[in-house]
Amino acid sequence: MRSIVVVGASLAGLRSAEALRHEGFAGALTVVGDEPHLPYDRPPLSKQVLAGTWDPGRTALAAGGVGGEDLDLEWRLGARAVGLDMAARRVALEDGSSLAFDGLVIATGAEARWLAGSEGRAGIHVLRTLDDCLALRTDLEAGPRRVVVVGAGFIGAEVAATCRGRGLDVTLLEVLPVPLGRVLGEEVGSVYAAMHRDHGVDVRTGVAVAGFEGGDRVERVRLGDGSEVEADVVVIGVGVAPATGWLAGSGLTLDDGVVCDATCLAAPGVVAAGDVARWPNPRFGQVMRVEHWDNAIDQGAHAARRLLDGDGPGTPYQPVPWFWSDQYDRKLSLAGRPGPGDTMTVVQGSLAERRFLALYGRAGRVVGALGMNRPAPVMRYRARIAGGLAWDDALRELEETP
Amino acid sequence: MRIVVDFDLCESNAVCMDIAPEVFEVRDDDFLYILDDRPPDELRPKVEEAVRRCPKQAISIAED
Repeated sequence: MRSIVVVGASLAGLRSAEALRHEGFAGALTVVGDEPHLPYDRPPLSKQVLAGTWDPGRTALAAGGVGGEDLDLEWRLGARAVGLDMAARRVALEDGSSLAFDGLVIATGAEARWLAGSEGRAGIHVLRTLDDCLALRTDLEAGPRRVVVVGAGFIGAEVAATCRGRGLDVTLLEVLPVPLGRVLGEEVGSVYAAMHRDHGVDVRTGVAVAGFEGGDRVERVRLGDGSEVEADVVVIGVGVAPATGWLAGSGLTLDDGVVCDATCLAAPGVVAAGDVARWPNPRFGQVMRVEHWDNAIDQGAHAARRLLDGDGPGTPYQPVPWFWSDQYDRKLSLAGRPGPGDTMTVVQGSLAERRFLALYGRAGRVVGALGMNRPAPVMRYRARIAGGLAWDDALRELEETP
Repeated sequence: MRIVVDFDLCESNAVCMDIAPEVFEVRDDDFLYILDDRPPDELRPKVEEAVRRCPKQAISIAED
């Protein structure tokens, strides 16, 4: 393999490039990114950068290895990939040029979803990229009378918390009866709703958004029940879609992401990693696509090693996913993959004090550990979930622990 | 190899403990403790992985 192209100047793209070099790949290595920026860190975009406490430059990821070594990468920034020709083994770029490759890493991530009627009117934002963040921050600095956040998922909830930190009035709209209910269950989701209300957020659940009104700038959000909420700024936080548009017609299997085998291989000489990759995780017996920061790093490196394994069998990628979310003075962390219908039980602390550890179980196994301001125990359970911790064993040992 | 943690940045996410428990421990008080600030060189790959995967980018390696 003489040349490898990484599409996506993202966390996953950068970590795959780093791993390729660490594993000894000495050929030409090109990283293509549609944004003008070198890779940067996204978690601060909804928190410190949006709050104005961090200069945007602090999000820059060292564009080298952890030891500071030069990875000898060729950067093609501000260059959107628009097509993939598998027969010719070339990536087409928006400017009409194309890049030949022997090996390809797909790490194009995901794009924020808009709602119908939300695009094209000033004051309505999504938050995914650094430029999104700076545009929203400019609007927040202008002192809006009310910010309406549509969607109480993690991004929306973090934005709401950051806006309250700026002293702004915030309405948080959620179509589900309980925020995060599908991911964390209704009991934990209710804790989140209560926490935001305690911090002065106007939380409205079970409400659909029917439209946006105003002139050149947004002025109001119209709700499904016919009522309206005044809004100088709107933030849409209704999730993301994997960025696979450029792969249409390439022959790769696309189904809510680039479909890979258990080793992250999408086709001979083509791997995918990060938010864009969907693969069967043998540890959970489940096909998953994981949008977490930590997974971008881990899967980026795994996909790189898989690519270099060539015609070899590779090894399955079987992480226990983990992520965190900071809102106000609370840190949520979650290891595993809880789903609707799982058993949930609080094993330390209590929901009322908002400092607790909860376990999620399915088919006799522990499949998730969630902590609010309990980061260390969550991480210990992460390793034990990887070891196949049985639900009964977990509960028994907790009973035996004084 | 000497471990340097910026404790102003550290938020005790405990990722480092998961990767290199020989070096890092987050205790029940939610603070990170460095168990060995000059770990043996065979732990370097683990320590580098901890540096890479720290959500706050709070860990670095000094070569003094």
